[in-house]
Amino acid sequence: MDYQFQWRPVLRSLPDLLWGSLETVEIAGLAMLFGTVLAIFLALGKRSTKKYLIWPADAWIETARNTPALFQIYMLYFGLGSLGLQVSSYAALLFGITFNNAGYLAETFRGGFAAVPETQTRAARSLGLGAAQTIWYVVLPQMLRAVFHAMTNQMVWSILMSSLGVVVGLNTDLTGVTQKLNVVTYRTFEYFFVAAALYYLISKAFTLSARIVAWRLFRY
Amino acid sequence: MYFGGSFTWGDFQFLLSGAVTTLSITLVAVIIGTCLGVLFGLVRASSPWWISNTLGAVLDVFRSVPLLIQLVLFNSFNSMLKLNWPTFTVGCICLGIYASAFCTEIVRSGVGAVPQTTRRAARSLGLSWLQELTSITLPIATRVVFPSWLGLALGVMKDTALVLWIGIVELLRSSQIVTARVQEPLLILGITGLIYFVMSFPIARLGNQLEKKWGTQ
Amino acid sequence: MIAIENVHKQFGPLHVLKGVDLTVQKGEVLSMIGGSGSGKSTMLMCINGLEGIQQGRITIDGLEVHSKATDLNKLRRRIGIVFQQWNAFPHLTVLENVTLALRKVLGKSKDEAEMIAIEQLSHVGLKEKLAVFPSRLSGGQQQRMAIARALAMSPDYMLFDEVTSALDPQLVGEVLDTMRMLSKEGMTMIVVTHEMRFAREVSDRVAFFREGRIHEIGSSEQIFDNPEKPETAAFLKSI
Repeated sequence: MDYQFQWRPVLRSLPDLLWGSLETVEIAGLAMLFGTVLAIFLALGKRSTKKYLIWPADAWIETARNTPALFQIYMLYFGLGSLGLQVSSYAALLFGITFNNAGYLAETFRGGFAAVPETQTRAARSLGLGAAQTIWYVVLPQMLRAVFHAMTNQMVWSILMSSLGVVVGLNTDLTGVTQKLNVVTYRTFEYFFVAAALYYLISKAFTLSARIVAWRLFRY
Repeated sequence: MYFGGSFTWGDFQFLLSGAVTTLSITLVAVIIGTCLGVLFGLVRASSPWWISNTLGAVLDVFRSVPLLIQLVLFNSFNSMLKLNWPTFTVGCICLGIYASAFCTEIVRSGVGAVPQTTRRAARSLGLSWLQELTSITLPIATRVVFPSWLGLALGVMKDTALVLWIGIVELLRSSQIVTARVQEPLLILGITGLIYFVMSFPIARLGNQLEKKWGTQ
Repeated sequence: MIAIENVHKQFGPLHVLKGVDLTVQKGEVLSMIGGSGSGKSTMLMCINGLEGIQQGRITIDGLEVHSKATDLNKLRRRIGIVFQQWNAFPHLTVLENVTLALRKVLGKSKDEAEMIAIEQLSHVGLKEKLAVFPSRLSGGQQQRMAIARALAMSPDYMLFDEVTSALDPQLVGEVLDTMRMLSKEGMTMIVVTHEMRFAREVSDRVAFFREGRIHEIGSSEQIFDNPEKPETAAFLKSI
């Protein structure tokens, strides 16, 4: 192999890459947050008995789960763009992942609802706790445990998916910054290797902190 | 209005040929991923903890780094080492290794789902390690993990969209090429999405049903 | 006093209660016996409003349970209930299981709630288990905890819904002992049970449920020794 590695320029641009990492975390985190909120509504929609609530929830969930995430981002970026709605690559990425997260999390939450038996609600109500108190003190904490692991996984997916922004021209997240530097310097391997290492660190840092939180939270 | 554009039967065929590429990459990658996954999974399930954990940590890297980055790295390897493999091969191998990292954990959990007592009982009947594995553990484990494996295969299918970044014209890239000519992004993306959906949804349904059916037994 | 007048309860097409009349006086222990599906457990759920009714009236000390004007949450504080399935809150310690409602429903301070909880838990013999999570308790201990949890609210009435039927046989005794103790202390209790010896021993009166009605009711001696109706005799024989 006569390839000459050059790590110096990569190290010099490390601050740029770290800023990009921050944006990656921001996008993944926001997409997770929005996705969670939407997923709760989707899961409730699927539980309802009204057709006009079940149908849209179903369509959302199945589209999110049965088409590529990149397709979903394209849909927002090119699809909406053609309707005259100019969507920035940042927004297309953020809401594309949000859409995807919501679809997967909705199924997780559906399982979470089922994980807390009806008898728990009865026991709480029979002690005089109100409906809201029952949900807050008895149902939600147990639901959280049931879905925590799946949510952690989804957050990792969210981080990994955020790398797709570069395909629609985003150049401010970790992959985007890496690609921008790569185009200028052609040190593809070095730059992407460091990017890979940073993604690994981000994923692991998140998984580890989630594990600590779970350990503190779910002692039972 | 929409069909008033110049989207032709030829364009549709072009999209379908993209879908065929998507399916071919999926097939090859899933085969590679499954073979490696079964091998690594068995190693992880039956070797001493330090081998098992080391292998686990290495494979975990593939699950913690975006596939897009892996593709770029693998592609640049290809040129650094002057292998001159076609990008199709690069895409298949990269996705295959990526899939194997997930398949390993699936296999491991499947083997773990077979009760120790069942395996001991088989060994006590005089079956050798290999006989026990092929006639007891693997058949039971296969049934347990088949739905997850189907899910993995579908995941790989959706992930093949990313190989457009290294220049392979699969379904999603085909849709862009057609769009460039026809200028009806929403229509063409809609058709593309429908093709993905048709390829994925029935299998996903099957997986769910199998999980329900086998899960209750 | 709990007064039940002509109560009807339907689950869709299923007519579970077909006109039940019953009064339970303060300090009385009443057992409800009968085959499965005879309506006795459903009756219990209706008394504290966990189930609605289609016809009739249930009043507790003059307060109508199923009236819109009644604050059910407030009413339920006066009625403790223990279920067949152990309903420990798995995410809370034994102590927290008991203090939750004291703090959130009665608005007691943490210290005050813990004092009451410790007293009640000692009463049922769980003083050593305060910081333990329910998953570490046996079924019998979980049921005793559930009793303490209900008692902590200082209810005027206690309802027991087949509390021993999901327990291993060797754990039944400790739970029955706890209930025996309560009856001696003068607690008003309605007990749905399959433990006939226990029912006979602690009950002032026994009601035999059959097909959604009270088929026969009387003192425990009368029902067990001299049942009037042949169905009652047949049921007791079959046990």
